[in-house]
Amino acid sequence: MRLVARIRAGDQHAMSELYDRYAKVVYAVALRVLQNAEGAEDVLQDVFMQLWRKPDAFDASRGSLAAWLAVISRHRSIDRLRQRRPETNIEDCVIACASDLGQEIERTLVIEKVRQVLADMNPDYRKLLELAFFQGMTHTDIATKTGEPLGTVKTRIRAGLQQLRAKFAG
Amino acid sequence: MRTHEQFADDLALYALDELTGGMREELEQHVEGCAACRRELQMLRGDLGLLALSSSGPQPPARSKERLIQSVAAEPRRVPRGNPVSAGERSLWTALVPSLAALGLLMLVVVLLRDKSHLQTQLAKLEDRSRMLSSQLDRLSEEVKLLSAADAIHVSLNPQNAPRQPSGTAIFSPSQKRIMFMANNLAPVARGKAYELWIIPTSGAPVPAGMFKPNEHGNGMIVGGKMPDGITAKAFAVTIENEAGSDKPTSPILLVGSIG
Repeated sequence: MRLVARIRAGDQHAMSELYDRYAKVVYAVALRVLQNAEGAEDVLQDVFMQLWRKPDAFDASRGSLAAWLAVISRHRSIDRLRQRRPETNIEDCVIACASDLGQEIERTLVIEKVRQVLADMNPDYRKLLELAFFQGMTHTDIATKTGEPLGTVKTRIRAGLQQLRAKFAG
Repeated sequence: MRTHEQFADDLALYALDELTGGMREELEQHVEGCAACRRELQMLRGDLGLLALSSSGPQPPARSKERLIQSVAAEPRRVPRGNPVSAGERSLWTALVPSLAALGLLMLVVVLLRDKSHLQTQLAKLEDRSRMLSSQLDRLSEEVKLLSAADAIHVSLNPQNAPRQPSGTAIFSPSQKRIMFMANNLAPVARGKAYELWIIPTSGAPVPAGMFKPNEHGNGMIVGGKMPDGITAKAFAVTIENEAGSDKPTSPILLVGSIG
């Protein structure tokens, strides 16, 4: 039985396996956003407990659990950074990701490729993605910081993500 | 009222969890009724997933796992069971079971008698085929003997004056479901360890495809490997594992090659 199916069935050992498989990814994202080990550990607990409480929130037919957990970890870290209540409901966070990423070897291949794509990306786009995604800056903050018009920032963030997608698939 | 294009422009900000208040609600309403925006939003979230996976860092503290397991144990989840069977339904089924079992046995006897003569014909055909395969096998085993002979010398050709790098070649046939693998210039492995070949399928976990140890010249080989049913390979990889073999890779990839 797949891991999430076992979690749905209330199997507590499955949570232990889930932790072994994905804790490093979830923690790495939270630590990068929060720059604080204690906060990152709290986010890690929060993300896994949300899956335990609402296992149906993850739709296995539509994406990778690793990517889903990583995005939820980023969102919860930003909520913590901004000291606000969670904006995104985890059930609404449907992710389209072609790779399964269930195994370490699969994740390693994907991570290496993503890093390569980011390294090859237009540095302006890469910088905007870093500010918006990992530093949690709003596009208004980014426009103020970079001196670029608000519309340009918005367009470049979207273009950067689409470029990441196209080069990753290519 | 905003247009579809204006909503589409804001999808990335929404995926980043940046929209709030009225703009967020308006966009959510639009996405609910717009399949193109819904799909693009999922794709953008997939892109964010990839971006998130680019993070690397230390392992979380060891106490963290214990903390999670304690929290999970403190919140056991009741799993809903199927509809209970009524007492009336139970007694009807109990009465029918012996009759159904007797009917099943009778049908089995009829089928077995009919199959006996068919099986005798099949056996004769199989004996003929076995003789033919045996002669093919003799020829093939001579080729395999050369490939896997202890004194077989593998010569890898490289650009002149270039340092020798570990390399491997996997040859496989999707129709025959067979794999052969040859590697050169590999480093020796520690006692109790061996190289393991993995099939990386288009979906699902890597599948073990055989173990091998290089000889003193750094050459290794897997012959007679089989592709499991239902697997479409997109890449092959090699790691070092315990020599008994592992169900999943536990060490970094040393060699990797994608198909196509």
